[in-house]
Amino acid sequence: MTSARKRLASSVFLASLILSFAVGDAHALPAFARKYGLRCSACHEAWPMLNYFGQKFKDNGYQLMNDRDAPIWQNNGYWPVTMRITPFWHRESTDKVAVDQAPSGQQQITAHGFDVGGLDILSGGTLDKNISFLFVLSSDENALFHFESVNARLDNLFGSPWLNVKMGKFELDNIVSEKRGLTLTSSGGGFQLYHFIPVGDNNIFGQIGDNQFGLEWMGHSANDRTRISAALLGSSDGNVDLLNSNAYSGFFAGSQAFDVGSLGTQRVGFYAMVGQVPTGFLTSGGAPIAGGGFGNKTFSREGFTGIFYLKKLDFQVVTQHGSDNAYFATSTAANNALPAGARSAVWNGAFVETHYVYSPQLIFIQRSEWIRMSQQGIPGTASNLGNIDNYVFGYRYMPFMNSRAGFAWHNEYAWIRQRGGAPDGTDLTSSSVLLGFDFDF
Amino acid sequence: MRRMTTNGSLILTAVAMVAFCSLSWGQMTEADENQRLGMESHIGKLTGRAADAQGTYRRYCVGCHGVLGDGEGENAQWIDPKPRNFTLGIFKCRSTTTGTLPLDSDLYDTIGRGLNSSNMPPWNPLSAQQRADLVAYVKHFSARWVTEKPGEPIQIPPEPEVTAERIKAGQAVFQKVECWKCHGQTGRGNGPSAATLTDDQNRPIQAFNFHDSVRFKCGTTDTDLYRIFMTGLDGTPMPSWSDNIKPDEAWDLVFYLRSLQPMKSKEKEIARQIGLKPGAPSAAPAPAPQQ
Repeated sequence: MTSARKRLASSVFLASLILSFAVGDAHALPAFARKYGLRCSACHEAWPMLNYFGQKFKDNGYQLMNDRDAPIWQNNGYWPVTMRITPFWHRESTDKVAVDQAPSGQQQITAHGFDVGGLDILSGGTLDKNISFLFVLSSDENALFHFESVNARLDNLFGSPWLNVKMGKFELDNIVSEKRGLTLTSSGGGFQLYHFIPVGDNNIFGQIGDNQFGLEWMGHSANDRTRISAALLGSSDGNVDLLNSNAYSGFFAGSQAFDVGSLGTQRVGFYAMVGQVPTGFLTSGGAPIAGGGFGNKTFSREGFTGIFYLKKLDFQVVTQHGSDNAYFATSTAANNALPAGARSAVWNGAFVETHYVYSPQLIFIQRSEWIRMSQQGIPGTASNLGNIDNYVFGYRYMPFMNSRAGFAWHNEYAWIRQRGGAPDGTDLTSSSVLLGFDFDF
Repeated sequence: MRRMTTNGSLILTAVAMVAFCSLSWGQMTEADENQRLGMESHIGKLTGRAADAQGTYRRYCVGCHGVLGDGEGENAQWIDPKPRNFTLGIFKCRSTTTGTLPLDSDLYDTIGRGLNSSNMPPWNPLSAQQRADLVAYVKHFSARWVTEKPGEPIQIPPEPEVTAERIKAGQAVFQKVECWKCHGQTGRGNGPSAATLTDDQNRPIQAFNFHDSVRFKCGTTDTDLYRIFMTGLDGTPMPSWSDNIKPDEAWDLVFYLRSLQPMKSKEKEIARQIGLKPGAPSAAPAPAPQQ
């Protein structure tokens, strides 16, 4: 691996850390709580993480199914809008950053100070009985907005909870959703597994933590114990306009929950994302032409999910087996010859996120995540290049709980290491500390 | 001066006694609370324990029903119909005779089914154990559960075959027991008494509009509707009709009311075929307009 490529790899890694925080918005809507007069805790284990009731509410198209869901039943003054913002102090440290002034060309960089996590403006609910919508206008810390979610959904078609159709940009129907994550730091805010790209790989698609444009069918049993969905996704990676090519991928998920006495309700499931995306672009004057993607090749991500309760303790478990075609693995456009011996990049990963819910107002969090390459795209590459270890610890304390607003004091520490990710080819390690307020209304 | 002091002491004593009585009437003492937290519920093979439901109640229920179970949670002021006051031990949805306590299974079913057209959603995503624990916790709020036993469940005969005659007979029962006074001649909840209806806490309450929903507050099946007639909805103006109509008549009424609801049903189809219109069957046709 060339030093330029290593530098690129570490830059991508650092950028992905920052990005994972920037897009780490979550959907907790006091607008729903206001509409129905329910506390945050009714739908959220601790907001924004959904509990079983909240999941069913979402699966019903943001409806309680009490024949009073249509907006015609609401007071005229009701406006289903929520805003969320997170002011905080944080400390970010990366042990090996390429520095021109450093004798070795790299050194540790540590920065700390006060900051803000951008603003989310969320609106969702029903347009009529069984017709629901959601949009999330999300800004970065410089108030540059983008549409994080924009979708409409036809719910309970023909009176069946098994027929729900959604179109637009939406959160993939993964039962352990990053959008419902409780962690906020740069190093631990996102799930690495949901954004993993092997070193040297240029497939930015297949990040199941990103919202995508597409069409989704979703079905569930009356009590939501059984859930299943299938989505057809475009190849825009959640961006507007048809920037890539006429390629599609699919996301499939299913899960089954069952009661285990006083321990609680347990859920096990699966997910799979498979499809094709372009490996190269036609250019004009050297610049890629929008919609000029070509040379579609395949990728896949599949795994198991589980949510297990032991009274106040719960474990969210996700595994993943991922594979990118050799063209992606070696960043080669399909009209070029593959490097000698090039092959698919293959990896396996898992994370376990544990919560101890002392009360609806205080939750302790830990997450341990591991990703291991099982096959590099180019033979001879260090077998552990790109492997990731990520550990997160924190707690959220909500001093009050009502149906008008959410407010949390959040404290978190996260540590992450990428094998061979430093400019000199050694391991790259980063850590984050965050103390802040997270509130919505 | 001495006389004034004596009077003052008497007044103070009286005020203190009234305050004490009010406290003990409206709220449980700590000893009561601890004792009642030992309350259990029994639904099939499930045993619910009130003490195990404190966290669940706090998470899901307290916003409407309140910490004391008196229906005065922070959201109660915005909700219509108002949340149930558990301290009274009076429940709409029962399988037991009017005026008696419901079975544990009645409360369990209500939690899982929710109450249609109200803010009470179906809590069926909660585990069976959580719901059983909540039943015990709901019971612990009222002293009635300490001093009384649940009533006997009413007997419901098998549902007969629906026929045109039965639907027409049901319409006659609707007139005979004057359902129309509250529910209106066409079953739209707009009878002459509808505007003045109040519940037993003197709060306005609406009569059910049969054209508005396929579901009732206490269930969705024909049997549920039969049960509502015969047990009444305690705490509301809807009485038990068990002393006024026979079981066969109750089934006839079920079939007639089903023909009014906004759904495809055998009853509705038969009513259409025989040209049955909602309203008083014996009512004289409207006079032709004068030329």
